[in-house]
Amino acid sequence: MSAATASIPYAVSPALNVAQTRCLTKTYGSVTALRNVEMELREGELLALLGPNGAGKTTLVRMLLGLASPDSGRVTVFGADPREEAMRYRVGAMLQVARVPETLKVREHIDLFSSYYPNPLPVAEILRIAGLEELKDRRFGELSGGQRQRVLFAISICGDPDLLFLDEPTVGLDVEARRLMWTQIRALVARGKTVLLTTHYLNEADALADRILVLQHGSIVAEGTPAEIKARAIGRQVRFSSQLPIEEIRGIAGVLSVRADRQKYELQVQAAEPVVRELLKRDSWLSDLEVTSAGLEEAFLALTQNHNSNGSN
Amino acid sequence: MAATAITTQLAAPQRSLRNRVELFAKEAKYEVLKNIRIPIYAASTIVFPLMFYVLFGIVLRPNNPVNRSEDATYLLATMGTFGVMGASLFGFAVSLAMERGQGWLQLKRASPMPLAAYFTAKLVSAMLLSGAIALALLAIGYTFAHVRLAPARAAELVGILVMAAIPFGAMGLALGYIAKPNSAPAVVNLIYLPLSFCSGLWIPIFLLPKFLREVARALPPFHISQLALRAVGMSRDAYSVSTHMEALAGFTLLFLGLAVVLYRRDEGQLYG
Repeated sequence: MSAATASIPYAVSPALNVAQTRCLTKTYGSVTALRNVEMELREGELLALLGPNGAGKTTLVRMLLGLASPDSGRVTVFGADPREEAMRYRVGAMLQVARVPETLKVREHIDLFSSYYPNPLPVAEILRIAGLEELKDRRFGELSGGQRQRVLFAISICGDPDLLFLDEPTVGLDVEARRLMWTQIRALVARGKTVLLTTHYLNEADALADRILVLQHGSIVAEGTPAEIKARAIGRQVRFSSQLPIEEIRGIAGVLSVRADRQKYELQVQAAEPVVRELLKRDSWLSDLEVTSAGLEEAFLALTQNHNSNGSN
Repeated sequence: MAATAITTQLAAPQRSLRNRVELFAKEAKYEVLKNIRIPIYAASTIVFPLMFYVLFGIVLRPNNPVNRSEDATYLLATMGTFGVMGASLFGFAVSLAMERGQGWLQLKRASPMPLAAYFTAKLVSAMLLSGAIALALLAIGYTFAHVRLAPARAAELVGILVMAAIPFGAMGLALGYIAKPNSAPAVVNLIYLPLSFCSGLWIPIFLLPKFLREVARALPPFHISQLALRAVGMSRDAYSVSTHMEALAGFTLLFLGLAVVLYRRDEGQLYG
């Protein structure tokens, strides 16, 4: 059965969606945390859920983990309701925990979580993957912020899960610790794990993700590859009709991407003015000119600020 | 490998009995380790009842050796009840409220940990602490207050105080779902101290005004302390053992039911 389904491309085989939501809505009191969210998580990919604080990222992760019930809509993980116990054996989670019991040692935390799974990874391997070998006999309370995040990361991989949820794994980490965490996350994807990562750093999503979903006020406002999302985040959209060949348009300075439908073009550009000036110079018959913002300003105001303040690497 | 995984029907793997026992044992072991490594935790739950026992049972007593040993024996039962109630209430209510509010329990619930293992661990921890409190009180009583209990009676007292972790733990469980993480210690103290007083743990029940004696019948610590007093042969109470046991079983079920309702209410809320 697996051989048969594996050869079918994603587009026609919903079975290869590891997780999906349909029309998912959740409110807390008067706050709508999620509004008609439709998303898929495909096997073996790293999907980044990008959005400012309060966008609904954590709520979505909680629902995918079966820790909260939807008001309406549907969530499936491995084809089943995530509130069922069976799912938990195949899933690992790194959540934002305000306080972890501080008097237990690193290896004790790992030993305990490993005991919940029938086929856990060996403790030595978990320590190695998470880079905690030197720290295994330290109490949690004695660890630095970056080291604490690594312990939570280690806990998430104890059961050797097929699917991992990493909720803001690098929040509060310095550049070096963040790099280390990125390396560890990449190693997981290389091992064939499916990962859903939430972040409010555009550069983090860019560095790690195969695909990005942008969440704002509980709705998905953009979806695409990191290149597409970045282009939308920082620039403008220029639409027009022109006889110019696509190669020539691609060559214009400041054009990030080009989409063409016969003579109708849609460009992602950094700044509209120089590109429009250049286009009009080359084709004075250019028509239907339209310049719009990417529509993500509000979502990205916070994102790009974070991006900049973290040195953007 | 992963492709196979996705098309596989989801079914929770069956745990062998041995795995289950190991899992529960490990959860309990780490709960106990976690607690005893917090000096203030052990100090406040063990040292306070011992201190009160020394104060009221030994220091502030008349010098007549007969009365002294009688009072000290009486206080073994009541201060013992006071101590184990604290151990269970703090062990359940405060730690549950904290772990709920701070996201730790949620992380555990995202794993396949059986919730029963989590609560059993807290119960085991409370029982061990209760046992330690009971033994320490006995040691002080024997050494400094001329307490002379037959070993069988002493053993019965320890047994009752250890088992008291069940009704008190159920009470703490419900409180742990009512209280918010920051207010939990205050809420517990607010309930703990008046409840102890009204149940006759501070002033012997027969010295309390009549209406308080009526109130006491509706309080779990009263029934525990009466069973403990019976064990040391100093009960003056009109009820039978089975009445106390039935009352305690009733309280336990009531608190567990309340905890289940509150747990359900919790589902889908921000707290885990």
